[in-house]
Amino acid sequence: MDKEPSAATEQNLPDELIIEIIDMHKWFGEFHVLQGINLSVHKKERIVICGPSGSGKSTLIRCINRLEEHQRGRIVVDGIELTSNIKNIEKIRAEVGMVFQHFNLFPHLSIIENLTLGPIWVRKVPKKEAEENAMYYLEKVHIAEQAKKYPGQLSGGQQQRVAIARSLCMNPKVMLFDEPTSALDPEMIKEVLDVMIELAQEGMTMIVVTHEMGFAKSVAHRVLFMDFGQIVEGNTPEEFFENPQHDRTKLFLSQILH
Amino acid sequence: MANMTQPSRSEEIKPPVVHVGAIGWIKNNLFNNWFNSLLTVVTIFFLLKIVPPFIRWAFIDSVWNAPSQACRHATGACWSIIPHNYRFIIFGFFPYNLQWRPLLAMIILFVLLFFSQNRNHWKKSLAYTWITGLFIMGLLLKGGLFGLASVDSTQWGGLVLTLLLSVFGLTAAYPLGVVLALGRQSKMPAVRTLCVVYIEMIRGVPLISLLFMASIIFPLFLPEGVTINKILRAQAAIILFTAAYIAEVVRGGLQAMARGQYEAAESMGLNYYQTMRLIILPQALKIVIPPTVSILISAFKDTSLVVIIALYDLLKTTQTVLSDPRWLGYSREAYIFVAIIYFLGCFSMSNYSRKLEKELSRGD
Repeated sequence: MDKEPSAATEQNLPDELIIEIIDMHKWFGEFHVLQGINLSVHKKERIVICGPSGSGKSTLIRCINRLEEHQRGRIVVDGIELTSNIKNIEKIRAEVGMVFQHFNLFPHLSIIENLTLGPIWVRKVPKKEAEENAMYYLEKVHIAEQAKKYPGQLSGGQQQRVAIARSLCMNPKVMLFDEPTSALDPEMIKEVLDVMIELAQEGMTMIVVTHEMGFAKSVAHRVLFMDFGQIVEGNTPEEFFENPQHDRTKLFLSQILH
Repeated sequence: MANMTQPSRSEEIKPPVVHVGAIGWIKNNLFNNWFNSLLTVVTIFFLLKIVPPFIRWAFIDSVWNAPSQACRHATGACWSIIPHNYRFIIFGFFPYNLQWRPLLAMIILFVLLFFSQNRNHWKKSLAYTWITGLFIMGLLLKGGLFGLASVDSTQWGGLVLTLLLSVFGLTAAYPLGVVLALGRQSKMPAVRTLCVVYIEMIRGVPLISLLFMASIIFPLFLPEGVTINKILRAQAAIILFTAAYIAEVVRGGLQAMARGQYEAAESMGLNYYQTMRLIILPQALKIVIPPTVSILISAFKDTSLVVIIALYDLLKTTQTVLSDPRWLGYSREAYIFVAIIYFLGCFSMSNYSRKLEKELSRGD
């Protein structure tokens, strides 16, 4: 499936915006980590963000579900503006799935309990239904046989796939991936990327921070390059890799693609 | 290396014989160098000096049930102090013919404790069972309803009082300590300051002074004619004191939690209460089981300090027996008996905590 990068070629996305970020700034103390971010994400759009470490890419997607608070500008997710209103934040978080670099599964709960926790407590789904749903998504990430185990008993790749399934169980409108393969052993990266590609083919809206350029080429509608807290350039994968506009982008690509 | 042979798969290579078996164990653990050999010899010498005389005193030359005069002629222990006084040691001044009531209350307590050991029984119904059980126990002690004669709480004492103070003290202090620990981590400055001040103030004074305050100073602030039961005041002091220590231990557990756990829970849309209850506390409290149990055990033993405000707990009733001229001088026997009771309580707590830890660590 990952041989034919068909997904990226169909560019006819719906007009509707799911995320709108307007002139957003953030400081860590004195450090100006995000300097005027403007980004509109359409429904079903898949965006890959890359850039050197410390460029603010993780902070950017963490602002989208308010794991980090922005200090200037506006972020609107699914029609709701992110403010300090805790009810709105919880509403947005329920609609936005997040996959972390270090998986962050709940080690004291079994895999199936990890998956049903959100639906049961946030969505108020009956337990039985939540479990059936969880099994469906575990099936999807090819790991259904591990349902009764605990996170500590699984490999890194399996844990990350569970983490993806856990987010999917909430039926999110957008999925954020924060370097999902960076903490994995090389032989496990593919199994996680395969799951993400399948997800992309089903039309999930995705924002992925990653250095996996093969993944970017095959599934992204747009690739963004960030440096020093700014989006330096963004383009279709073909244009981005064949014909980068900025020197910084060229330098970064030359370093990463050897 | 001349006789290097390929071991066949079926035959395993056995360790050298000097390292296994009883002799191997003794050699490895008791006589593995000159210093350990010396320690072993010295220890054996002292054990020989101490253990046989103790056994002779406690079991062979001892008097088990004879009246106190018979003890005067015996060279060994006079255990008969226990059978002749156990009802006072255990029930204190509770009216003699009504002592079946505190006995029944204690039996209910032990049955409930035993039943609650099993984690499969931890359901809502168990909480209701406990509430009902506590109500029945209180009724049995206090009386005054359903034709039970009323017994004033000043007559409560002995093991019954010790258990009362401990069970209520520990079960109320634990949740209060958890709340204080969460409060100390709160983002709201008022709540945080309040918790810090409380914890530091309570930890800054000895339990004895808290008990004094509860029994002597506190009543001065009450309007005339209003009295609050003395046991209740001591109970409150024990709860407030223990909770402060538990709070600090729990805070240690909270700080051990990785940031990612909070983030994963929050990014799912769980609110603060759900995040704490479902994700953070189950893990944090599990980490701090060993220090928590230490605090609970020491709180259990510290209930004996209520002696200083003239409550007759287990230790005080024992001392009272010893001041009886007939039993004067048999304090060793009496204190060994009390020590055994305390030990059983403490040991079962620590034993249970280890069992619980093992059960909860399935996931790791």
